[in-house]
Amino acid sequence: MSEEVHEKKVESLSDVTVMFAGDSGDGMQLTGSQFSSTTALVGNDLNTFPDYPAEIRAPAGTIYGVSGFQLHFSSKDIHTPGDSPDVLVAMNPAALKKNLPNLKKHAMIIVNIDAFTPKGLKLAKYESNPLEDGSLEGFDVFPVHITKMTENALKDTGLSPKDIVRSKNFFALGLMYWLFNRPLEPTMDWVKQKFAKHPELIDANIKALKAGYHFGDTAEFFTTRYKISPAKLAPGKYRSISGNQATAMGFVAASQLSGLQLYLGSYPITPASEILQYLSAYRNYGVITFQAEDEIAGVVSTIGASFAGKLAITSTSGPGLALKTEAVGLAVMTELPMVVINVQRGGPSTGLPTKTEQADLLQAMYGRNGEAPVVVLAASTPSDCFTMAIESSRIALQHMTPVILLTDGYIANGTEPWRIPEIDELKKIEVSYASDPENFQPYARDEKLVRPWAPAGTPGFEHRIGGLEKENITGDVSYDPQNHDDMCRIREEKINLIADEIPELEVMGDKDADILVVGWGGTYGSITDAVTGLREKGHKVAQVHFKYINPMPKNTEEVLKSYKHILIPEINHGQLATLIKSKYLIPVIQFNLVRGLPFKSSEIEEKVLEILGGKND
Amino acid sequence: MTDKIDAQTPKLTPKDFSSGADVRWCPGCGDYSILAQVQRTFAKIGYQKHEPIVISGIGCSSRFPYYMSTYGFHGIHGRAPALATGVKLALPDHPVWVVSGDGDLMSIGGNHFIHACRKNMDLKMLLFNNRIYGLTKGQYSPTSEKGKITKTSPYGSIDYPFNPISLALGSNSTFVARTIDHEPKHMQMVLEKAAEHVGTAFVEIFQNCVIFNHGAFNPLTDKETKEDHLLYLEDGQPMVFGKNKDKGIVLKGFEPVVVDLNDGSHSIDEVLVHHEKDESGILAFILAHMTDHPDLPTPIGVFRNVRKETYGEALYRQIDEVTEKKGKGTLETLLSEGNIWEVK
Repeated sequence: MSEEVHEKKVESLSDVTVMFAGDSGDGMQLTGSQFSSTTALVGNDLNTFPDYPAEIRAPAGTIYGVSGFQLHFSSKDIHTPGDSPDVLVAMNPAALKKNLPNLKKHAMIIVNIDAFTPKGLKLAKYESNPLEDGSLEGFDVFPVHITKMTENALKDTGLSPKDIVRSKNFFALGLMYWLFNRPLEPTMDWVKQKFAKHPELIDANIKALKAGYHFGDTAEFFTTRYKISPAKLAPGKYRSISGNQATAMGFVAASQLSGLQLYLGSYPITPASEILQYLSAYRNYGVITFQAEDEIAGVVSTIGASFAGKLAITSTSGPGLALKTEAVGLAVMTELPMVVINVQRGGPSTGLPTKTEQADLLQAMYGRNGEAPVVVLAASTPSDCFTMAIESSRIALQHMTPVILLTDGYIANGTEPWRIPEIDELKKIEVSYASDPENFQPYARDEKLVRPWAPAGTPGFEHRIGGLEKENITGDVSYDPQNHDDMCRIREEKINLIADEIPELEVMGDKDADILVVGWGGTYGSITDAVTGLREKGHKVAQVHFKYINPMPKNTEEVLKSYKHILIPEINHGQLATLIKSKYLIPVIQFNLVRGLPFKSSEIEEKVLEILGGKND
Repeated sequence: MTDKIDAQTPKLTPKDFSSGADVRWCPGCGDYSILAQVQRTFAKIGYQKHEPIVISGIGCSSRFPYYMSTYGFHGIHGRAPALATGVKLALPDHPVWVVSGDGDLMSIGGNHFIHACRKNMDLKMLLFNNRIYGLTKGQYSPTSEKGKITKTSPYGSIDYPFNPISLALGSNSTFVARTIDHEPKHMQMVLEKAAEHVGTAFVEIFQNCVIFNHGAFNPLTDKETKEDHLLYLEDGQPMVFGKNKDKGIVLKGFEPVVVDLNDGSHSIDEVLVHHEKDESGILAFILAHMTDHPDLPTPIGVFRNVRKETYGEALYRQIDEVTEKKGKGTLETLLSEGNIWEVK
């Protein structure tokens, strides 16, 4: 791209949050993800938050049909998709109405004026046209004929009027590329690949993209374009990655690191379906994906594959975990390795399928009949899903136990740049097997209380297992009262002993602070930005983040008892708080918002300030 | 892993397939006969102990794996086909046998059953059909006849029963057969054919529950009556039955009817000939509906036996094809996917 800037001013910014919003059929997710990819390639740190309705095509023009893609990019190290947008691209009145309350003061608003018709305004329930009635005063508003200019640019393509209008998101994307000085080539390359079988669409979308870009260049009301320098990221190779992508890749990596074929038994469910989709494309890595008839078949077939010696996993979201409950208990009883990935969404019941929440922690911990302890892990960021997928596989295989790995809709769909690890940074996963057929006992145990794995089909180790209580050592069916008590304790202790092999909690921030902010899973970004912000303002604040929840790291009690105030922000009604209170008998302050949205870091900052300024101090 | 027997490995006896665990079915239960025929069949086929894997759900029949010396998994209620699917896809060279009952497979596990059939999962599924819930002590099951008086239907069951053969055919199972606990030779023949079949093999076994549904299959098992009530299906053979083999089945439109071959009204040439390999499945459907019919004999034997690519074959074919095309994936290739940029 030539650097034609004409007489337009170039202003440097360190940090921008953009929201692309339109109808769920307007292609906003595509526009946002293209802008993200290009932004990653130019070297900014970034974090994204796609927010879309559960309906595939909700009635056009309505508020509940608005699909948004929020993107935060910066020349600095960032951890969240940004609290409030600096720039809103609104493709229709409903998109404007929905996002206006959340915009920064003086934010830039680019609207598709062609959609501000009486009908469009009525669908968005506007009494009068906000572009004319002064209600947008204080904002920097740019009304652009996005639809009409797209129609003009594509009138000679021979496409139908309907198809032409569908390219308008590329016009908006081109305009944003101009505004933020991004190259067009990465998107042009993507379009050529994506529409390889439809050359007419390649031509149309690239024309629309360029038309938007040139419009920015020539339109008089755009006087300034912005430059965001590359962030100072650690040296290495990078790619942009979402949590679901990282989860899928992490399990393929775990398969390579353990030398075991990967088996995924799963059933499509929002927001976890992508894991099944991604993994089904890895056939050349030997990956077996079985799209089962239901959630139960997904997990039960996974237990079968584990019995037969595979690295066996199943993926789901909250309601699916509820359906898998009985089978997870079977894996506890048969002491087979298995990973259950739960991409948490808003609940209860069907709840908010496309929104995020952290309210399945206690379900993961306790949601089974009987005393049925499992390992519970949680990933903290999109790229951390890669690490935790490998960790959950390692623990499952080395400790012969089901592991529940919790992610959430926010980190599953959100993207960030990921420094790709070097091969030698990834530790091999050593797997041991029963080796002495003469003295083989299916429920004998090593010093970590782990029973030997003799995958079905191995000559000489033929044995039977099942859901009935097992006699210790022999694995025979047993109804003996004392044996049952012993086995319940052994299964519990086996999980507790894993604490010897997991990293201790690491306190970040001020070790001598009065307040410790404690988080787990996907709130890592919001809490980290809040703590960083508070410390920059001179407050002493410390932070710890749990990725291992059952068992908890060995230094948990010591760390928690070193601070006067413990604040636990969670997107639930206090589930980690409940675990900590019951386990360590220490008072904690809860901060709970269950809106289907991630925390804003400013909300956590305010809560901390309230505590520090309050009479408890 | 291998499912071939090499020269040195000795051929096992039926007894070698017994785990030695005390069998805890009620005395006189039809399950004993099935266990014995399965052990005989495994020995006759020449399986080694590590080869066949026996999977069950919950119910009386589902204790089966504990009595076998092979790998076995006693799963949870209704889920045996799903459990077996995971095992089969993981170990494509091993025969996987599912043992289940009418409550397990037709009620709570109905969904898994029809989808295993639909996908042509290479599983041998044995349905021990005693038309009653035994382990929970005598409630009506999805194969109990309408009007049956049980503990949960004191005024008679108001449910219509499933016809498991029709259900399997409707779900496109590639091998569908029926046998009876009282007919050991016939059962062995059917089990051998099921073992030979590549793809879903469904075998319904009429099984007498001595405690809660004793005599449910009496007309089919009593020496006096069975010849007139059973139709032994044989591939390529006309459908004749009766003590003197003097009754035949002919089609009137879509309806099978019984004709007398002695009174001169019909000749053997008019009698319907069985074709188990009939691709359309129409004949098998007609035969399936002859079950429990007041005027028609109940067929036993192989209803359908056709060869189609199995789910597992297709899966591994695809793995090979994609690997051939894209090259074998490694950690290196995995970590070099996507749009990568470098920060110095």
